[in-house]
Amino acid sequence: MSESATSPLPRPTILRETALCRWHAAHGGRMVDFAGWNMPVQYTSIVDEHLATRSSVGLFDVSHMGRLSVTGPGALAWLESMLTRKVAGIVPGQFRYTLVTADAPATLVILDDALVSRDTDAADGTPRMGLVVNAGNRERVVAWLRSRLPASGVELVDHTLDTVMIAVQGPSAVDVVAGLCPGGDGPRIRALGNYRGTTATVAGHAAAVSRTGYTGEDGVEVTVAAKDAVAVWEAILAAAAPLGGRPCGLGARDTLRLEAGMPLYGHELLPHSDPFALGLGLAVNLEGRTFPGSVALATMKAGKPARVRVGLDLGSKRSAREGNVVLGGAGYTPAGGDVGVVTSGSFAPTIGHAVAMAMIDTALAAEGTAVEIAIRDARQPARVVGLPFHRRPAGGGKPAAGG
Amino acid sequence: MQQDVRFAKSHEWISPVVGGVATVGISAYAVEALTDLVFMQLPTVGRKVKAGESIGEIESVKAVSDLYAPVSGEIVEVNTSLPDQLETLGKDPFGAGWIVKIRPDQPAEIEALLDRAAYEALIGSQPH
Repeated sequence: MSESATSPLPRPTILRETALCRWHAAHGGRMVDFAGWNMPVQYTSIVDEHLATRSSVGLFDVSHMGRLSVTGPGALAWLESMLTRKVAGIVPGQFRYTLVTADAPATLVILDDALVSRDTDAADGTPRMGLVVNAGNRERVVAWLRSRLPASGVELVDHTLDTVMIAVQGPSAVDVVAGLCPGGDGPRIRALGNYRGTTATVAGHAAAVSRTGYTGEDGVEVTVAAKDAVAVWEAILAAAAPLGGRPCGLGARDTLRLEAGMPLYGHELLPHSDPFALGLGLAVNLEGRTFPGSVALATMKAGKPARVRVGLDLGSKRSAREGNVVLGGAGYTPAGGDVGVVTSGSFAPTIGHAVAMAMIDTALAAEGTAVEIAIRDARQPARVVGLPFHRRPAGGGKPAAGG
Repeated sequence: MQQDVRFAKSHEWISPVVGGVATVGISAYAVEALTDLVFMQLPTVGRKVKAGESIGEIESVKAVSDLYAPVSGEIVEVNTSLPDQLETLGKDPFGAGWIVKIRPDQPAEIEALLDRAAYEALIGSQPH
């Protein structure tokens, strides 16, 4: 056993805490440093939490993710000039998956992937926009966006520390949350299409509710003021528990998004990634648009990537991990010896064996292609398969990439 | 519970030598810390190993951990049914959850390992 063989030196890092951090620690959460935040990786078992989300409801504290508002008369036009995804046509209550890009001369730098949304317009008709960004990228994304703010007409505010976001995911998730809302709020939540949101009163507290998530399940994400965090979390959990619902840590969130074939920044998606090679072309709209990195993206779109993102089915209990090298099958001997690299890999609890995502030579990307993965001393056979690995039964909206 | 086993700091336990052979497993603490075990690789019988050398791996959903030989010697038997019933490691760590049997080169090496009280002090000082 290598873990804990020697006690690591204590690190004097002060971790950030969400408004639910103490709740997690008091309820068995195994707390770890995640992107500088003290977060639960699991409560009891990643596998149990994963399967509860697939069959019933999982509650996830995703408050570490960055929540920004962009308001003012110029908000919509400014975001349209900054994001890879078309923002101009977005209607109140709509969410879109986008990339946040910067540009050095002719070079693309992907800073993050994000959800951009349009809330209900202000009383005077000016749009109120929102952005949800990854925890580890929040500070640099905020700094980048601030550096590009126009002199007037747009206000950017980071609400991450004064709100919480609770992801309620699974086949019963919408029912659980809608059941906590009075009057017309419940039916309005049930009627939300995928990537749509609304305001509502959840368990007596003002909330923003969106039909979004990062698990491949139906579900919602509920944002409330930090002072209401524990009350809303406990009310949702109390409603979910009789159905088999449970609190889940970030470990299950990672295995769920892997099965759903969703990219994760820092793993699949990197600063110099080709989003078209990753299958994220839908997040890039170049038609008649100019934004940071758009010239480089147009070149990428016109070209043919050397490697593309694929799913690999190992069929084994042994998992491939990020960084493992993919080797070609017999008869395919590239100059460098390897044909790809694993970007995420794990035992997949719903599937019952290991799967992985990898960037692989385009020539080997066809479904059914046999490859091998070098895992420590072993060469593990694997087969290229389509993504996602797991698709939830028909009904509800379709899963889409999130961040 | 067996009171006469010794522990490596890396969480393997080893029994006293009986008929020239000692039994090796991992502690319940280690199993609990890893959780969600999914895969185990065992060494081959007949392999000569040195104390501290990796003799296999245990993989959880989150990570892979090495299994280390607590003493030098020869692997004389492995628990081949274990990889298909990894839950045994946590349920019966000193019984059906044994991992390998080893013929120590120097049985005195076992005495130099941690006794139960010292091991419990070690894990008590570690964050769970």
